[in-house]
Formats: sequence, structure tokens, C-alpha cells
Amino acid sequence: MEITIETIEHVASLARLSLKEDEKIRLTSDLKNIISYVEKLNELDTSNIKPMEHVIPMKNVLREDIVNASYDRNEILKNAHESGEGGFKVPKVVE
Amino acid sequence: MDYEVVIGLEVHAELATRSKIYCSCTTEFGGEPNTHCCPICTGMPGVLPVLNKKVVEYAVKAGLATNCNIASFSKQDRKNYFYPDLPKAFQTSQYDLPLCFGGAIEIDVNGVKKSIGLTRIHIEEDAGKLIHDAWADGTLVDYNRCGVPLIEIVSEPDLRSADEVKAYFEKLKSILEYIEVSDCKMQEGSLRADVNLSVRKRGQREFGTRTEMKNLNSIKAIVRAVEAETKRQIEELEYGGTIIQETRRWDDNKGESYAMRSKEEAHDYRYFPEPDLLPIVVGEEWLSQIKAEIPELPDQRKSRYVEKFELPEYDAAVLTSSKIIADYFEAAAAVNSNVKAISNWIMGDLMRAINEKEIEFSNIPVAPEDLAGLIGLIDKGTITGKAAKKVFDIMFETGKKPMDVVKEEGLEAVNDEAAILLAVKEAISNNPKSVEDYKAGKKQAIGFLVGQIMKATKGKAQPQTVNELLVKELEK
Repeated sequence: MEITIETIEHVASLARLSLKEDEKIRLTSDLKNIISYVEKLNELDTSNIKPMEHVIPMKNVLREDIVNASYDRNEILKNAHESGEGGFKVPKVVE
Repeated sequence: MDYEVVIGLEVHAELATRSKIYCSCTTEFGGEPNTHCCPICTGMPGVLPVLNKKVVEYAVKAGLATNCNIASFSKQDRKNYFYPDLPKAFQTSQYDLPLCFGGAIEIDVNGVKKSIGLTRIHIEEDAGKLIHDAWADGTLVDYNRCGVPLIEIVSEPDLRSADEVKAYFEKLKSILEYIEVSDCKMQEGSLRADVNLSVRKRGQREFGTRTEMKNLNSIKAIVRAVEAETKRQIEELEYGGTIIQETRRWDDNKGESYAMRSKEEAHDYRYFPEPDLLPIVVGEEWLSQIKAEIPELPDQRKSRYVEKFELPEYDAAVLTSSKIIADYFEAAAAVNSNVKAISNWIMGDLMRAINEKEIEFSNIPVAPEDLAGLIGLIDKGTITGKAAKKVFDIMFETGKKPMDVVKEEGLEAVNDEAAILLAVKEAISNNPKSVEDYKAGKKQAIGFLVGQIMKATKGKAQPQTVNELLVKELEK
């Protein structure tokens, strides 16, 4: 996979990161190295191996449909950067 | 130029579980903002979500009722995007291994039957609600709805008109109501649709470029949006333009849509397996347990009404289109075997009264047994069909029993021949012109005389007796 400075810019924008020009250049070369290192795995023939869907060999960990008390709103809103009117306050979202 | 429209629907239905999908907070609609929340549904670090068993069962039920295959192995994935209604910055959904896939439901548009394919049904969590008018300089976020379980039902691009879209959506809604996995209240957002639509020249094999329309919260809005978007795309192409693949938001007040975001800035969701949740394996035993809970579905119920009650296909289709109506009909049919009359009353006077008063079918003030009782009174000749309409209106206003209304209003039919004969004689002597016409061979003049007699008896005289006596008197 080819890693260019545009790849870095795209990934950074998806992650809401703003990078300086020199950081972009450094990360391009870092990511190139990482990807080519991992790409070594492609040399193996995995066509007959079932994909591992999950790292833990367990299934169906489920809970019954029972309602328990929710948290006190003040406790929940303690985590808000800003709050008021019983809600989290975020910068104006325009649709 | 002749164009064909190609439409696929993505329908989101909130599941009717008591608790949320990954925590035990209530799913109840409304409530003060952020009072149905806990660290799990507000996305605090370090919490461990656990899947609600009912969510799997309801989704599988929906899959079975729409002829889907049920995956024996299914998993959940993270769909990553930043938006304040999603505190974790990802939505837990399903990507490549959905719970149900490859289904179909049959629709009927003006007697033409068609099978619409279902690509898949997967489970996911709902997002919170953004309230824009709380402050001028900010948006209020309420996470009560966050983590309410959803199923997303994705159709194949098999729909070809607004009528087909309407029929498909109504059928789907009806099935979900029958199997009781969602309350399907569109006004509360329990059922929502996104429409994917493209147009192509008739005969062309490839699909045109499609747009996705969001924010469709009523059946009327869906139909209007489909019609408007079809027209917009055809006009664009006719004037030499091109369709841009984009997401559009429907404004039902204005009756038009506008672009929200184009493909270039569309989300790149970077799905990956959810490490905190384990695979879902629906084995034979669990599957057959869920299968056993599937009730009679709309189409089966419709066939039963045609066979058992010998109702016309049309009546059966209308009555079974909604489970509440069908249940109402059967409750009435259990106490009165005149099923055709019950059907007529439900489709006629009852539906009219509901539409006029704008009430939900579930809140009808007339109990089904009372409607059956009213019909019984007509059949026994206690009241006339004409008086019954009046009795019904009063029952609908007050919720009173039919016989009580009849007594209070003095609407018992007059079967007293002497009394009716008196009215007949009076009508004859008061209307010599009509009598003359009748005798001169204009048999239809009798209608006017009958009307006069019914008026004089306040609609309470049995029409049959009136007719007999009137003819007898006239022929004298």
C-alpha cells in the first residue's frame, strides 16, 4: 500500500488532528515503515484459514432485558465540558 | 424522454425492549434530558457493554417474519464518526456479518403483486438528540435515546414508484407491529426511513447515480420526497446536468430537499470489530424457540379472513393491514356472526369517525363488543339502519352501550303496524300529487312518500313494513 502525504492528511482529518508540515513528513515515513513491516504477513498463504472474528474464544455473553435505575443527572453532567438546562452544551451544530 | 425510477429503502425501527441495548437504562420515550443515562450509554472510558438478549431475539423475529436467512454466526462492529449525538465517537453496529440477510416481502399495488428483496437486517444503537433552540450560542445534547436498540432493514433497489415505496413501507410496518418488536410510532421517531433513489432511461441496464434522502418521519413525507426527488433528478438530466452522489435532507414544510454533504466529504467510517462485545451465535435450539413465538402474520391473517369469514379480499386486506384493526374486528366477530356487517361498519363509519376526530385506532371509545351489539340491534329489528348511524355517533362521543343510547334517545324501531299505517295514510292524504304520479305509472314517486313517512316517524319505522303498507294502501 502506498503511503503519501495525502494519506496522512486524510487520516488526520478523519481523526480531527491538525498536523504541522514537518509532522506530516515525519508521519508519512513512519507509517510507510509500519505498513511495510506488517505487509510481510501477506507473504503467507491464508486462503484456507478461517478469519478470526474475535480475539476471545467466547460467544453469546448476554444480559436479560431488565431496567435498573439510571445515574443521577448531576453525576452524568459532571463529565460535561459545559452544561445547562439539564443537558450537555456543545458548540452550535448546524445541519 | 421516458425515465424509470429505482428506489431502495433503509428503515430504522426502535425495538420495544424495556432496557437499552448495552446497559440497563430505560428505553422509555421522552423524560427530562439525560435522566435515562449511565456511564455505558454516555460512553465513559473503561465501561463494559453487555448485549441485551431481547435485542437479538427481536431482530431474529423480524428476520424470520420477512423471510430472511438467520446468520448462525454474527458479530458487532464499530462505525466511527464524530458528531455530538454520539458520545463514544462510534456507533456500535454490524458491518460484514449482520444477524439477518437475504429476505423478501410481498407487496400489492392495485392488485399487482411484487416481491421486494431485503438485503439485510442488522442491530445497532440509536444516537442521542440534539436540541438546537435551547441556546443561541450552543446546542444542547440529550443522551436519553442514546443506546436505545434499533434494527436497520435494508431493501434491495427493487422499488419503482412512490406507490410501491408506500406499499412496501406499510407492509413492513404492519409486520413489525404484528410481531410486536417495535411500537412503530413514527411521530416519536420509533420508525424512520432513508430513501436511496436514482433514475435511468427506460431500458438502460446500469443504475443512475443515486442520492440518499434523510429525515422522513411520516408515510406522507416519504411519498412526497420520492415524488419530488424523482422530478428533480429527471429535470436535472433533461437540462444536461448530472446527478451528484450526495446525502440530502428532506424539508417536509417546504416540500423540497437540500444537499447535506456530497460523496467527497462523506464519512469514511473505518469499521472494525467491536472488541468489547462477543460474537452472537444463534443455534438451532434458540432459533426454533424464537420461531415458535412468531404469531400469525398479516398475509396469513388475510387469507384466513377470506376463507373462514368469507370476506371479500378487499375487506380482508383493509382489516388486516393493522394488527389493532384486525384484533378489533375479531373481538366484534366473536360476539356477532354477521361479519360482513362488522367489516362494513369498521371500514365505513368507524374509520370515518376516527379520521374526523383524528384519534388513534387504539383509543377508540366504542368497544368492539358494543359495535357488535349495535349491529345485533339492527339485525333483530330493534332499531333501523338509519337510527343506528345516530346511535353509533352518540356511542363514539360518549362510549355508552348501544341499548342505553337507544333507550335514552327513544330510537327503538316502530314495528307497530297501526302506528305506521297512520303515518302512511297521512303521507298519502298530504301528497296527492305523488299519489297521482304513482297511479299514472311513475313508480319512483313512492320514494318520496317513503321519505315523508320516515321523517314523520323520525327514522324509526321499519322501512320494510313502511313499503308493504304503503303499496297496499296505494293499490287500494
